[in-house]
Amino acid sequence: MNNKPSKYSIVSLVRNALNYHQNWQEAWRSPEPKKEYDVIIVGAGGHGLATAYYLAKEHGVTDIAVLEKGWLGGGNTGRNTTIIRSNYLWDESAAIYEHALKLYEGLSQELNYNIMLSQRGVLNLAHNLHDLRELSRRVNAIRLNGVDSEILTTEQVKAMVPIMNTSPHSRYPVLGASLQRRGGTARHDAVAWGFARGADARGVDIIQNCEVTGIKRNGAGVEGVQTSRGFIKAKKIGVVAAGHSSVLADMVGLRLPIESHPLQALVSEPIKPVLDTVVMSAAVHVYVSQSDKGELVIGAGIDSYNSYAQRGSFQVVQHQIGALLELFPIFSRLRMLRQWGGIVDVCPDASPIISKTPIKGLYFNCGWGTGGFKTTPGSGWVFAHTIAQDRPHRLNEPYNLERFSTAYLIDEHGAAAVAH
Amino acid sequence: MLLIKCPWCGDRDEHEFSYGGEAHIVRPRDPEKLTDDQWADYLFMRKNPKGAHLERWVHAHGCRRWFNVERDTVTHAITAVYKMNEKPPRSSKT
Repeated sequence: MNNKPSKYSIVSLVRNALNYHQNWQEAWRSPEPKKEYDVIIVGAGGHGLATAYYLAKEHGVTDIAVLEKGWLGGGNTGRNTTIIRSNYLWDESAAIYEHALKLYEGLSQELNYNIMLSQRGVLNLAHNLHDLRELSRRVNAIRLNGVDSEILTTEQVKAMVPIMNTSPHSRYPVLGASLQRRGGTARHDAVAWGFARGADARGVDIIQNCEVTGIKRNGAGVEGVQTSRGFIKAKKIGVVAAGHSSVLADMVGLRLPIESHPLQALVSEPIKPVLDTVVMSAAVHVYVSQSDKGELVIGAGIDSYNSYAQRGSFQVVQHQIGALLELFPIFSRLRMLRQWGGIVDVCPDASPIISKTPIKGLYFNCGWGTGGFKTTPGSGWVFAHTIAQDRPHRLNEPYNLERFSTAYLIDEHGAAAVAH
Repeated sequence: MLLIKCPWCGDRDEHEFSYGGEAHIVRPRDPEKLTDDQWADYLFMRKNPKGAHLERWVHAHGCRRWFNVERDTVTHAITAVYKMNEKPPRSSKT
């Protein structure tokens, strides 16, 4: 609309450097909410912002508000371990995760915003004969879907990650690994910020500190949302609220097959570069990469109990550190800097729901569990299509809410490696 | 880490227990008479409340018995522990 952002370039960088970086334009506006919108997106995380961006860019829908109860990208978008990969077993999963990875590959250019995509490779380790056979089977299935994946021997793993303990005498010896070279990491905040800036430039209103407290129905359809900043009318409502999806579904009496759990992660003090790939292990259960700042970014499994608290129990951290040291004894004296939790919305089949609902004009995108960040652009892409056309995109058709009744589940438990 | 009061063994650390999810889900008497939607509701749909939650735990590394707990999913405070055949506390809204 009228908010044409200046393009980031070497010229703008030099110009702003000469002004001591005092005059950078804000990356997005903070408008007051209007009384009415064509589309309201609930949740300004990566998925919600990507949805708004693709609605505006691909479908010409620009009268959109993205409502966020906290700050933009402050939920799971800012709390994950930034890993991106598409090495999923089932056809339905491979299709959507690979679509997301391909979008990621062009995203910095498209958004004119450096998301710092680093395709440093993702290793999934095998620690016993069964692991190795299962990984081989998965690699074959993944390659049949046109996604890059290969099997490495112990020696090849050692050559790639010299600091890993690959001794045959260790308790969980490394017998091999699968590798997706196109996998890696991206700067999670930048993904949210880039999509926010891109959506804002196309006229989308991003409204922070605006909590949705109720969804008003109108017969078989929706009329709008009650928020902490008043009632806002909307023709269509897309809910992308991750861990709080059940709370929002409850507002319209919809039951979801979702349970919210804490997922904890932690980062170490920064050290010199020692790890230039992502290492994941399902058997000892840890995943680790090294950030550009030098911190190790470490994650593992969810806490078992339901929670909305963004924190979990200590023994889960203890377990993932134990697993880390099993693989990397060199890290034994490393100190941890920060530890946090996010609320992940877990589906019984560990696959998401990107779907219309029985209520006309109400759409849900949820159930990503622990694997949401890697699909951010793909999720937004198909959800935008679902909302704009009022029917699912080919890629998210299998991810409907009815699959729990039709029993057409997409069972990605152990999805290509770690818990999910 | 949670401190859970097993009705038989008393206060123990969380890592002695396993979590069993939402409590009081009753298996339908005549499953063959249910529609697919009703069966899916029994199998998959969950309350997942933000606040008081009635849930099952088992003292896996202790007496190995199951029991129910009322726990707040925001504060993690345990407000009641009761046996499998007992009714949930009256304070509970769920």
